Amino acid sequence: MNPEGSKSFDNKTDTAGKDVLVRHVYSIEAENFSSAGEVSRRTKNLLKQLGVDGELVRKAAIACYEAEMNLVIHSWGGRLIFQVTPDKIQIITEDTGPGIPNIELAMKEGYSTASEQAREMGFGAGMGLPNIKRCASYINIQSKVGQGTTLEITFQI
Amino acid sequence: MPLTLHEIKEILNAKVLHGHNMLNEKIYSACGSDLMSDVLAFVKEQTLLLTGLTNHHVIRTAELLDVSAIVFVRGKHPAGDIVDMAKEHSIVLMSTSDTLFTACGKLYKAGLSGG
Repeated sequence: MNPEGSKSFDNKTDTAGKDVLVRHVYSIEAENFSSAGEVSRRTKNLLKQLGVDGELVRKAAIACYEAEMNLVIHSWGGRLIFQVTPDKIQIITEDTGPGIPNIELAMKEGYSTASEQAREMGFGAGMGLPNIKRCASYINIQSKVGQGTTLEITFQI
Repeated sequence: MPLTLHEIKEILNAKVLHGHNMLNEKIYSACGSDLMSDVLAFVKEQTLLLTGLTNHHVIRTAELLDVSAIVFVRGKHPAGDIVDMAKEHSIVLMSTSDTLFTACGKLYKAGLSGG
């Protein structure tokens, strides 16, 4: 969970050429349940500080937490990138891991491959990706079995 | 119908573990679940969470959703570090000997909605 770039960058652009106001990159450790959620807490506080609308802060915090937990529960480790441009908030997770063999199935409420440990924590109910999709403006998932998954969550401001 | 945390404490005969000075706060809806992902899917603001889980993800979930108070059911008490986390985020904690079903039923009967 160490922030690798926990400062704001000026004069940066994202792929669409928009000004990046804030960009933070955090590494997420697999199966580290004790620090899990810390990145989402920071992200929520940052959005509040930026003066983002309360309902949008809640939605972004929920999606961020689910995405962070997905990396802790399912991946072999990865990173979470939080990025704000004038017109959108993006949370991007990139992991190495088993990948998702059937994305359509993983998007269904109630479908889960989580461990017993994750379930004891109150996760693994098969609601993670559906929750993320419900909160976001749109999401994009790319996954390769045996290699890893990239999830892009976008909120239009 | 909203209830104050003080009324909720009386209805559930609950013990306040943290937040004695915040019992005048009004609660507009409640959610009873041990699945944090379900809580993340449905909870609204100024909500009470009733749960049998006592790990730190309950507090983290409550914090992320701006949940005002948590009632631990079946007489459960969280460990000291969990209570400290709640203090840090001004979340009221209570414990009742009622089961999740009974505690939810009593509050629903008193007029609190599911949100």
